This record gives sequence, structure tokens and C-alpha cells, in this order.
Amino acid sequence: MLYYIEKHAAGCNAAASAIRIENVSRRAFVGGGLAASGFVLAVQYSPANAREPLKTYPTGGSAMDHGYGKAHDPHVYIAIADDGAVTIVTHRAEMGTGIRTSLPMVVADEMEADWSRVSLIQAPGDEPRYGNQDTDGSRSMRHFIQSMRQCGAAMRQMLESAAAAAWEVEPALCRAKNHNVMLLDKDGKETGVKIGFGILAKSAMALPVPPMDKLLVKSPDEFTLMRKGEAKIADLRDITMGKAIYGADIRLPGMKFAVMARPAVTGGKVKSFDAAAALKVPGVEAVHQIDGFAAFPHKFQPLGGLAIVANSTFAALRGREALTVEWDDGPNASYDSVAYETELAATAAKPGKVIRNQGDPDAAFAEAKQIFSADYHAPHLAQAAMEPLVAVARIKDGKAEIWAPVQSPYGARKDVAEALKLPIENVTVNVTLLGGGFGRKSNWDFILETAILSQKLGGAPVLLQWTRDDDMRSGFYHTTSVERIEMAIDDQGKVKGWRHRTVAPSIVSTFAPDSGYQFPIEYGMGFVDMPFDIPNVRCENGQAKAHTRIGWYRSVSNIPRAFAVQSAVCEAALMLGRDPKEFLLELIGPDRNIDPKSSGFPEDFWNYGDPYEEFPINTARLKNVIRVAADKAGWGKTLPEGEGLGIAAHRSFATYVATVVHVVAGADGTIRVPEVVSAVDCGFYVNPERIRSQMEGAAVMGMSNALYSGITFKNGAVEQWNFADYAIATMANYPKKVTTIIVEPEAGSHAGGIGEPGVPPFAPALANAIFAATGKRIRKMPMGDRV
Amino acid sequence: MPTLTINGESQDFNGDPETPLLWHLRDALSLTGTKYGCGSGVCGACTIHLDGLAVRSCITTVAEADGKDITTIEGLSPDGDHPVQKAWRELSVPQCGFCQAGQIMQAAALLARNQAPSDVEIVEEMSGNLCRCGCYQRIHEAIRLAAGGV
Repeated sequence: MLYYIEKHAAGCNAAASAIRIENVSRRAFVGGGLAASGFVLAVQYSPANAREPLKTYPTGGSAMDHGYGKAHDPHVYIAIADDGAVTIVTHRAEMGTGIRTSLPMVVADEMEADWSRVSLIQAPGDEPRYGNQDTDGSRSMRHFIQSMRQCGAAMRQMLESAAAAAWEVEPALCRAKNHNVMLLDKDGKETGVKIGFGILAKSAMALPVPPMDKLLVKSPDEFTLMRKGEAKIADLRDITMGKAIYGADIRLPGMKFAVMARPAVTGGKVKSFDAAAALKVPGVEAVHQIDGFAAFPHKFQPLGGLAIVANSTFAALRGREALTVEWDDGPNASYDSVAYETELAATAAKPGKVIRNQGDPDAAFAEAKQIFSADYHAPHLAQAAMEPLVAVARIKDGKAEIWAPVQSPYGARKDVAEALKLPIENVTVNVTLLGGGFGRKSNWDFILETAILSQKLGGAPVLLQWTRDDDMRSGFYHTTSVERIEMAIDDQGKVKGWRHRTVAPSIVSTFAPDSGYQFPIEYGMGFVDMPFDIPNVRCENGQAKAHTRIGWYRSVSNIPRAFAVQSAVCEAALMLGRDPKEFLLELIGPDRNIDPKSSGFPEDFWNYGDPYEEFPINTARLKNVIRVAADKAGWGKTLPEGEGLGIAAHRSFATYVATVVHVVAGADGTIRVPEVVSAVDCGFYVNPERIRSQMEGAAVMGMSNALYSGITFKNGAVEQWNFADYAIATMANYPKKVTTIIVEPEAGSHAGGIGEPGVPPFAPALANAIFAATGKRIRKMPMGDRV
Repeated sequence: MPTLTINGESQDFNGDPETPLLWHLRDALSLTGTKYGCGSGVCGACTIHLDGLAVRSCITTVAEADGKDITTIEGLSPDGDHPVQKAWRELSVPQCGFCQAGQIMQAAALLARNQAPSDVEIVEEMSGNLCRCGCYQRIHEAIRLAAGGV
């Protein structure tokens, strides 16, 4: 018997199983013998088993859709079986960050569970129950660490209370430890008497959840899992054996396989088509037209096109080859990214809409002895997760069920319900493992297509597979940008004025009529939050309308902003004959929390969605990571000819990262990176092992962004098709040794993000290192692997 | 009619012999450990062994595999304890994990023919297996670790 969460197979396998909460009757327990023993919920702990009151703080999690849901409630998140097996719900999508493991680890640690007896169950999209499930913005730990600690601590206290009732002693004499509750003597020493969690499960789960003011969490020196980095990720063994279940691995009885032909140009439509030849391909069973979005803004509506349904993926692919389609390319048919880049640069040369103003920058520039000015260019990027987009759908008895590698299962569920005209309770979205996400799988167009296709097939189960070229050419792309940085420098070599112009098509064009201007979320990513101690500052945004779908990409606008700002600082330092690291520290200035008001930040300043008072921009933390990374990397050491170090630092997602890249330039100009050192201060941290893996991965993705990758458009269509022409870092050219130093957080510094913050400082650190090694300054990404 | 020997079991194949092995394994046999990543042999996610050699199953047809021994990730080791798999777990190599079956099959093929590969040989062997999460550093270390145990 499993108390409080019941798992039931949802068609195929555990990874895709749905869950429901068993409605255990409390009455049976309250009337029983244990209740008569008069246990108390207001637990009074003796000093011998002191724990800490939970010092709660507000986060932006409460402002997200459905906030924290019932994440604090053990009845919703935890089940304990008679034999002591513990099941913990994991409600965020796993795309490689380890969050599927790390959040349950928090629960298990707080409740004193033996990790080897814990199994996980992936929550389907159900935010009212589990809390917000948008796995993006590096905010899973940032927003749910408190709820998960609370949930685990409540479970522990419920187990202790149940033991106290069974033993008829004060709860203060009961202490949970490693899957048992131990009976203590009056001195707080263990008596040797204990009860296992399994025996206590039923009575503990029948108790109400202790109120917040009665909850005590473990002090850090008592952690068994948190901050240790010793527990492996939950899916490790399955992954190494090919048993882990990703989107395309779902198998349902009678399932069809499908691919789609989509318009090459965003907003294109099918003008006419001839499916006769396609339908003659052996195995092809049907061709269906799927309507694309009717008008801009397109949101996450499908691009539309023709779906070829077959008895195997290969037959569907052959069917697609045989299909004849005439397209109407629509209003974006002339999009040419080379011409567009020229337009962006022209716009960046002119004043734009003022987003931040501090002091009198016009006067500072008028009085300057020297002016530094440079433009930094960045291309569109495709997330290009190794797992191309895919989804499975089936509709049976008026109920739709989806399986998909999706970062936002509840948003997808709402739109599926609307598209199929079903009540939301009749739609289930199961979350498989994601074979990488990087932001693309926050956009559920691929799920809507599949659901609509299943409906056209009378509800038949269907797997709709995107090919690599579909994934590459029908994306939601990282924006392309020109960032202009200007500095007014006085006769003492001090920077008195700062001007930053950003020109880039905005993600907001996905959701609202496109004004050509960006919105607070993009302004908050390394633009208006510039942390330098410069008296006169102006941040301006020039207009740039979108001609393709613009979407999230790991660390988003921070990529071009950090590249521009941190390259410019190094350039200005060298122009003034200064050491780049010392100059950077001097620009950041005294230790302080930046005051958004006196710094001229906009009223609607976006601080990664979190309250500024709790997650301020702290210059001491930024300077600290710079010093730590520089010391570890041996900043200032003499290197052979053709080698150099570059440094960059950036705060994003409430986390501070400094990166030092070591470049070796070959005689032919080939760039190699033998070593990268990063220092990261993400505040309170849980799983250092996964932090290191994220930082190692961020360096590799940073290298791809900086040197190799770029999406270009001609006649409205993407020019890249596959990894042959959209290059990413490989085993032959990745940064060979990435060292990560996790800075011990100061007391009271809250958990920040980890999935994204490692990416932004890499490209400028690399560009600065290339300059140090070769004397060549590269202001345009991708830089190419040869200078 | 081609005969396929997959993870030790022989079976006749009566479909289109031009079918890439990848789709036969995944769609007909539900051996889903072999992943589709690119469809053109440039990412390595679909790597399997054909008579012990690492090949890309997305560009290897059933006809080409006729009469040969096919090993997929499911058949690499009955209990998942091939030295490469063990090393992968020891060093917690995967992030999202999607490319890892292909990486493991490539590494196992390397170690089967070269028990002590140099760093250069490891890079040469593995540079066609892409990992977008960027696990390369640990992949490299895990192969070195496994080399001690093969």
C-alpha cells in the first residue's frame, strides 16, 4: 500500500506515467487508537535536536502562473509505502540540468529519507496542484527551494508526531534520522528504539500539515544530500543502458508515425498541394493539412502545413519527399539577414528610445577627452537540442493525452484544450525526459500540431517527429543584434559617461503586435542592469521588427549584451594602458547594492522576475567572482607567444559568474582553448556536482555561440539544414579543461539560477583572450575558428 | 530477404531493404535506445555496432546489415555493466542524456580495438559524436577511465 500518491501506468512506462492523489480518509485515523494518545502538533524541540526556523523570503515564484501551488504539502508531493519506499514528485522538466533530481533531493534531505529508497515520479502538467511548471529562466531552484524544504520538513515533523503518538511521548523525544524515527532520552540521546518510515506512513500522512510557524528546517551541518554533490542523477543508469524515455520513445498500441512539410518562411501558407504520389508510397496512410496561425502575433500556434501519416517514420519521410506543395510565402519572404544586419547597425548609430538615464550623459560625452565606441554583432541562433522536436498524442473517449519533451506542460495543456475544444480536465500532458531544451521546448507549437493531427485521425495515437532540418528551419530563434557601446573618458582616464544602444528583434513579437521595441525582460538582461560605477549613463533601444519567430535561447539577451559590454571594457582598458581585470574591478566600483532609483533604472525594471530587495545587484559578489576566477587562472602570468588570457564577468538570473579563458592561437590562426576557469556565486546551492556539469556545458555552448554557430536567412528562409552547416563545438575543439569554483555563499544569500548564467561571460572572455593571444579584436559572432 | 542478427537474435526482414536500420530498430522493434538526431550521419546519436564497428544507423540500410551482427545499446551488456557504461556512471557524464547511447557505443567500439587509446585517438574517434549539453570533458575522462578496465 502506498500512502497518498498513487502511481498508475499511463499507457507505456514509468517515465511517462501520470499520477493521482489518493484520497485517504482522515476520519478512519482520527477515530482510531493513536489519536487518543493526544499527540501534539505544536512541536517543541529540545536543544539536543535543534533545528532552525525557516527564514522565508519572497521570490518571483508567487507571481508566476499558479505560484507554488501545493508544493509545500507532503500529501501532494510525497508518498510512503508500507515497506518504507518513498516516492517524491518532481514537477519541473528535466533537460539536462539535473533539476529532476535536485529538487526531490531537497525534500528527501529535509525529511531524513534514505536516498537509496527514494524513487521519483514526473508530474504531468498540473500547475494548480504542483505550482508553476515553466522550466525556464533558471528559476526552478530559485523559486522552489523554499517550498521543497518546507514540504520535506513538514513530512519529517509529521513522521515524528506519528511516532510520538505511537510511543505516547512528547514529539521532542522523537527525531527522524535516515528513514527511521529514533526515540531519544531526556538528554536528547538515542535510546536505540526506533520505528521505520513505512510503519509510520499511514498515521503520519493522516496528520494535517504543520503550519509554517511551527516548521523547523535542518541546519546546513545536518544536511545529508544538499551541498554534498554525492548522489547521482536519478536517470543515470537508464541513460547509460538506453532505457531512459524521451519524447520519441513513447510507444502506444496502434500508434502511427508522422512527419510534416511546413512553410520555409514564417507566416507562409499552403497554396495548393498534390498528395497522390505521397499516398502511393508503401506505408503511407494519409495526408492531412494542418492550419497554421491565422495572423500575427503567432504565439505558439503551429506554422501549419501538411502532415504525412504512415506506419513508420521512414515511410512518412518518403511520403514527404513525394509530396508536391506550392507555398505562399507571405509577408516575410524578403527577409535577408545580411541586409538586416546592415539595418541594425544603421539604427544603432542613431539615438533610440531611452530606457535608462542617469546623470547627464550628453554633457559627459561633450566634455570627454577620449571617446570609446564600438559595435558588437550577434547572429540568430538555433537551440539545436540533440533531440529534435517530437510529440505523441491520442484522443480517446473525449480525453486527450499528450507525451512530449516540453518545458511548459501546463501552458501546452491549456492550448491543447482550446485547440481540441475540450475542457482542460480532459487533457493530460505527460512530460518525458527532454533531450535538451535550451528554450525551444518552452514553445509548444510542436505539441499543438500533434494533438490536432490526432484529432484529424479520429483520435488515433500518433507520433509526430520533426527531422533535424525541420528543427533547424522552423525554429523560434535567438534574436540577432547589434549592440553599440560608447564610453566618455576624462583626462584622468576615468569613465564618466556610458552609452549602450541595443537593436534586436524582440521576443515580444511572438506575443503582441510588433512595435520593433524590446520589453522589460530583455532590457533586464545585461542592458539596463549594467553595474558600473559611472555617473552618467544612457541605455537606448533602437527599433527592429521581427521577420521570423523569435524565442528563448539559453541565457537569451545576456549573450549579446555580455559579449558587447565585457568586450568593450577590455578594449577600453587596453586603450588606456590598463590591466583589463583591474579596470573591470575599478569600473564596478565600491561594494554596494546598486540602487535602481538613483541609477535611473526604469520603473518597470525586470530583475529576473524576482523582488529586488531580496535579489539585489551586489557589486561585492560580482567583484569577488572576478578575483576568485582570476587568481585560480593565474591572471597576469607570462604566457608564450600566441597565447593569452581573457576575462569577463556577468550577473544573470541572480547568479554571478566570472570566466577566464585561455586561448592558444596556432600558426595558421586556429583558435584552441586548453583551459577555462569559472567562479560562480549562485547563493545557496544544493547540488554542486550538477553546478559543475552546467558550467562545463556552458563553456561548450559558449564556444559554439562565439566561434561556430549562426542562423542566416535568405528570401525569408533559414539557410542552414543540419549540423553540417550549423556547426557546434565537438570533441575536437571543445574547451579542454573547465574548472569551476563554487563560491561559498554568504549567510542569507538566496538560491540563484544555474542553467544559464555560465553562458554569457564565455564569448567575451574568449574574444578578450583572442586579442591577448593575437592582437586581433573580433566584434562579430560567430568569430570562426581561425583569426 | 535480408537476415538481421540484432543483439544475438536472428530475424528475417521483409520490408524495404533500403530502410535505414535506425527506423527499423526504433519503429518496428521498439529498440528506442538508439536515437534519431540528424538523419544524415553527422551527429552520432544513432551509433550502433555492425560486426563490432561503430556505424551510424540512420545512414546504414537494412540491406547493408544483411548477415552482420548488429549490437544496439540494449545489447551492449546484459546488465548494463560494460566498462564504458560503468565509467559513464562513475563520472556522472550525462546531462540530458540523449546522445549518450551513441557516445557509449562509439567509445565501446574504440576500446574493443584499442585498449589504451591516446588522447589524440580518443578525440579522433569521438569527434563525430555531438553533445549539445557539452559533456565532452567527462566523456573524454570516462573513456580514459574505462580503458583501465577493458
